[in-house]
Order: sequence, then structure tokens, then C-alpha cells
Amino acid sequence: MDVEPRFEFESVRVDGRNAGSPRLDDLSLRVPKHGITVVVGPSGAGKSTLLRVCNRLDVPDSGVVRLDGQDTATLDVLALRRRVGMVFQQPTPFPGTVRENLAVAQPGLSDDEAAEILARCLLDRAFLDRPATELSGGEQQRVCLARTLATRPEVLLMDEPTSALDQPSTFGLERLARRLSGEGIPILWVSHDLAQMARIADLVVVLMHGRVAQVAEPALLVGTAPPDVRAFLASDAESDGSGEHEQ
Amino acid sequence: MNSDIGWSGLGISAALVAIALGISAWQHLGVERTLLWSSLRAAVQLVLVGVALHFVLAAHRSIGWSWLWLAAMVGFASLTVWLRARDVPGLLPLALFAFTVSLAVTLGVLLGLQVFPTDARTLVPLSGLIVGNSLAATVLVGRRVYEELRDKRGEVEARLALGQSARDAAQPYVRSAIRSALIPQIETTKAVGIIFLPGAMTGLILAGVDPLNAVRVQIAVMYVVLASVATTTSIVGLGVARRLFTSDHRVVRLTRKAE
Repeated sequence: MDVEPRFEFESVRVDGRNAGSPRLDDLSLRVPKHGITVVVGPSGAGKSTLLRVCNRLDVPDSGVVRLDGQDTATLDVLALRRRVGMVFQQPTPFPGTVRENLAVAQPGLSDDEAAEILARCLLDRAFLDRPATELSGGEQQRVCLARTLATRPEVLLMDEPTSALDQPSTFGLERLARRLSGEGIPILWVSHDLAQMARIADLVVVLMHGRVAQVAEPALLVGTAPPDVRAFLASDAESDGSGEHEQ
Repeated sequence: MNSDIGWSGLGISAALVAIALGISAWQHLGVERTLLWSSLRAAVQLVLVGVALHFVLAAHRSIGWSWLWLAAMVGFASLTVWLRARDVPGLLPLALFAFTVSLAVTLGVLLGLQVFPTDARTLVPLSGLIVGNSLAATVLVGRRVYEELRDKRGEVEARLALGQSARDAAQPYVRSAIRSALIPQIETTKAVGIIFLPGAMTGLILAGVDPLNAVRVQIAVMYVVLASVATTTSIVGLGVARRLFTSDHRVVRLTRKAE
């Protein structure tokens, strides 16, 4: 792992709705500046919360989250969110055309710029005039990714972005993520799908009960796993993996 | 024309309720009790108000009583708004503020520019029109903004995640809520005179006022109502939206009330 991480979590705690069951519990982690870091773990382990504290959609009750060494609590939150793009579990197209969706992220975007961003997400220029809410799930999610890319983010947070997609769309989005990480945009990707983890991860973080249970490269994961992580990996992992939104 | 129908006239007009009761019984609508109760209740409420107004509007009475009436009306209206949409956070103080501002603006124009004289006979009914006509729209906009931001939380957070401020992220939902609350008033304003004759004008004509004078008053009243509905709905819509975000542009947790 890099000496200087992109994100660094230091003793981060996020309290849950019920006292005594924090969503993140004294969590410390360093997320590298390159590649795709996949976060896995059972339902309720704190995966989504981990992403949400990165762009301050949630705030820690204690501890520090740093982006490139700077405490995110001291940064302008709106500027932070443009540096740290996020794609959600369910596609969230806004009413209006794809062009209008991109304009929400980047007002004044020209058609050529918009088409260029769409092309990065494997969508052609003709999509600009199509109503975003009438596209297929896979297309909607790619529009959401394009919208996020319109802010020119330095990092991408992907919160189970394929859980609502069919298999071809899932593979398409994974290829897209690999390409973006190849372009130098590190990705923190939450998944409940261990096969997906194996396909895309450069580094795996296993969360259990709001804490980091293991950090390893995929090839070394099983061999170095502590017993509870091994049990999780051995299980089908997501018989209950509806992709909960942990709050 | 004698505008006093007397108690006997009132009694005769009550026979019309019997027609509604008869239709309900004939068609098995099952609303006879409600009809009877609401007719009686309306009569009692209005008679009580009439007695109170008789006191407030008496020629020698201080105008202070009218201001007191106005304050009580704002209080009751705000309470009603809050009771009709209890799960919307902070609605009571917002409604109080909205009705007060709306009255200040509209009465400020009408009385300040001497369109109407500042006395109990204008102050009390005008305030009633302003508050009464804004009430339903105020409830509607409060509920709608709350429900939109609760039900479309994913969409709102996606906007925030793109770096939009809470205000910008809420704007499409607030705008649509205010529009929905205003449209019925705009439609009513368009249809006035063609489809129906509004209450103030009808009342004035029945009371023997020259129809052209009555029309002028009615037009002024419609403009007042439009302004007051627009004012209260904007204040409540923006105010509710503001309460649903934290100062660092996050959505506060909203729970769905069990139906």
C-alpha cells in the first residue's frame, strides 16, 4: 500500500440509531491512491457508512477522516463532494434529459464536453436528448456515473452500484470502473458480491461489526484471513445481501 | 333590499339541509349524521363568531380589540396547520411566521395606501380572508415538501453528492410543492365571474351594495388572497425544506409516520 493514502480513517466512530450498536466502531483504515479498493462484509457491517463519511453525507461522532492528509471536517463540504464523486446503489436519474442531468453536475457544460463524458461511460451522443428516467437500469447507472464524472472527481465512491443491474450491465460497469481506475481515478467500491470482488479488486477491505477485520490483496485474502472473516468468505455471503443502506 | 333575513329566514333556509339529508337517505350515502352535525356545528360556530364580531365591531369599541382578534386568528390558524401536518418538523412557528408576514404585507399595502380605511370593519374581515384562504395551501405545501424530501431522499442525496448546496438540492421539490399549492388559487382566480360569483361580492350584493362597487371590492380581495397564498406557501415551503437539512448540507433523518 502507498505510504501516503488517499483516504485515511483514524479511530472513526459513527453511532447507530440504537445506543451500543455503532455503525462504525473505532475504525482505522488507509485507502490507497490507486486502483480499486473493494469493501465487503456482512449486512450491517458499516460498508455504506464508510463511504458516506468520505464525502460527509454522514459525519463521524468521533475520529478523523483525512483526504490527502487533510481532515475532511475542515474542508469546504461542497468542494469536498465535487472532489469525491459518489454513485449510489439505486440509479438516481433526475427528471429531464441526460443533458439536463449532466448540467446539474456542471452547469454550462457544452454538448461536446457532455458527449465526451458520455463516451467515457460507453454512451453515445444521442443519449443527450433522451429522458434520463426512461432509460434502462444499466443505462441510468452509467448516466449517473457520467454525471458524477462531470464534476471531475479525484476519487470515486461506488456504493453497491450494480446491485440493481442485470449481469451484462454489471460487467459493463465493472469494465468501466477498471478503465477509470486505469486513468488514475482511485475507486472505493462497496460490494456484497464476492465474485465481483474477485473480478475487480486490487485491494480488499473486510468490514465486520463496524470494524476493519482484514485488509489484503484478493489473492492473499483467504490464506491470511482470521477465522470470522474466513467464515464470512466461505458463506454464500449474501443470502441476506439485499444491499442494505446501513444507517 | 332588506339584507336582514331574520331568525325565521334562517330557519327556512335550514330546510334546504333536509333536501341534502333526503338525497343521502334515498341514495344510501350514509352521510346523514355527518351532514346534520356539520350543518349544526357551522351554525353554532358562525353565531358565536357573529356575537363576538358584534362586540368587536361596535362603533365605540377600541380598535385594539380588532388587533387582538387578528392575533387570535393567526394563533388558531397556525395551530390548525400544525394539527393537520404534525409530522412536519417546526411547522407551528413557521406557520405563525408565515401568516404574520402575509398579513403584514397585504394589510400594509391595502391599509397603508388607504385602499381600505383602517378600522375594525375592514381589519377583521380582511384578515379573515387572508388567513382563511391561505390555510389549506399552507398545510398542502408543508406536507408536500416534507413528503417529497423524505420519499426522494436518494435523489436529494445524489444532488448533494454532486456538490449542490442544501438549498439547490431542495429547490426542485420546493418549487413543485409551491406550484401545486398555488395552482388551485390561480384556477379559481381565472374562473371567477364566469363559473361562479365569489363570496365577498355575493354578500355585498345581497346586502344591497351597488354591484360595480361590490366587483371592485371583490377584485381587490382576490388580489389580496393571491398575494397572501403566494407569501405563506413560499415561507412555509422554504422554511420546511431548511429544517430538513443540517447546516453542513446533509439530509436530516426523516421517519415515515405509521398510517
